[in-house]
Amino acid sequence: MDSLIACHECDLLHKRQPLPRGGTAKCIRCGAKLYSRKRNSLDRVLALTLAGLVLFCVANIYPLLTFKLEAQAQETTLISGVMALYDQGMWIVAAVVFFTSILVPLLQLTGMLYVILPLRFNHRPWGLPSFFRYVSGFKPWGMMEVFMLGVLVSFVKLAKMATLIPGTALYAFMALIFVLAASAASLDPHIVWNRSEKGS
Amino acid sequence: MNKSAPTALSASLVSCHSCHMLCRAASLFKGAYAVCPRCGAALHSRKPNSIARTWALVIAAFIFYIPANVLPITRVISFGKAQSDTIMSGVIYFVKSGSWPIALVIFVASVFVPLLKLIILTCLLISVQTKSQWRPRDRTRLYRITEAVGRWSMVDIYVVTLLVALVKLGALATIEAGPGAVFFACVVIITIFAAMSFDPRLIWDTQEQNYERKK
Repeated sequence: MDSLIACHECDLLHKRQPLPRGGTAKCIRCGAKLYSRKRNSLDRVLALTLAGLVLFCVANIYPLLTFKLEAQAQETTLISGVMALYDQGMWIVAAVVFFTSILVPLLQLTGMLYVILPLRFNHRPWGLPSFFRYVSGFKPWGMMEVFMLGVLVSFVKLAKMATLIPGTALYAFMALIFVLAASAASLDPHIVWNRSEKGS
Repeated sequence: MNKSAPTALSASLVSCHSCHMLCRAASLFKGAYAVCPRCGAALHSRKPNSIARTWALVIAAFIFYIPANVLPITRVISFGKAQSDTIMSGVIYFVKSGSWPIALVIFVASVFVPLLKLIILTCLLISVQTKSQWRPRDRTRLYRITEAVGRWSMVDIYVVTLLVALVKLGALATIEAGPGAVFFACVVIITIFAAMSFDPRLIWDTQEQNYERKK
């Protein structure tokens, strides 16, 4: 039974076959991705997660944009946007923004580090299966790349009205998106699941 | 296409949603609900009540879509004058001022994608309920697209957040979020949940039932 895998989109059973490095297996009936073999998955994910955590801190501490109109200037960080919405009574919107652009990326990065760092050095972290399950489950709710597009749109929108100065956090953000995407692309969840079985 | 191909369901196996481990269905349903022995996720052969849940969420999103587009999402107060903007009036403003790419981005992300997503999900639900045989592969692809594009609708919410945070210069210029933003955020979140609760394997189940009948 371990040699079989069911397509998660059409339920068709497939026999697992060894893949070449960097190869991907797709369902023959519906074309969904079944599994793939990644190069140095753990090493790469660990490196990218560490880089991501550093960038995440920079992106949240430094100002994102500065808005200058006549003699007045207004700086904004990620969290100050959430606070401004909350102050206006828009707590639902504030909560959604906080969750998707701050909390979920942070949980994803720290959760991934908690899982990958011990595994890389052949230890099995406590509660590995449930931790990794939650980290994977959070994935659709982290919307950093969408946030970046939002920054771009607001930039154009306000550029005519006043002077806008991009801040340090903006560059950290751009880098963070690429790091997160690269980390997601190099992760091979089957390695983690297989290791979690061996240790138990 | 091999219609007689064995599925996990026909082989009495259950594939875990979370870690994709295959488990024997019979040995699992002892307690109230079955749990994956490897990762601890609840096991279901198909997502529970997929059709009813997806319908409920799709209908809720359709209802919220109306105030999201009719009510203002931002209010600009400049020198004592207040101006309310809906999503569409923002798009029209950008078209008039010549910022075509931005107008297109906002229109696609905020108006077109949520509506398209809801229409596709409605069609998929109807096709599953009428046991349609029409192009299962393409319908699965449609589902995959809906799942992937939904998140991009959040753009407008982020734009509002940034505008509100940046433009608060007292009497000179202040931007406030309008009630439309709340409904719009709800539409985006609800449609993401709707796409998650739909089970694409239902599209294929009817294929197998029909094959068996023809045999």
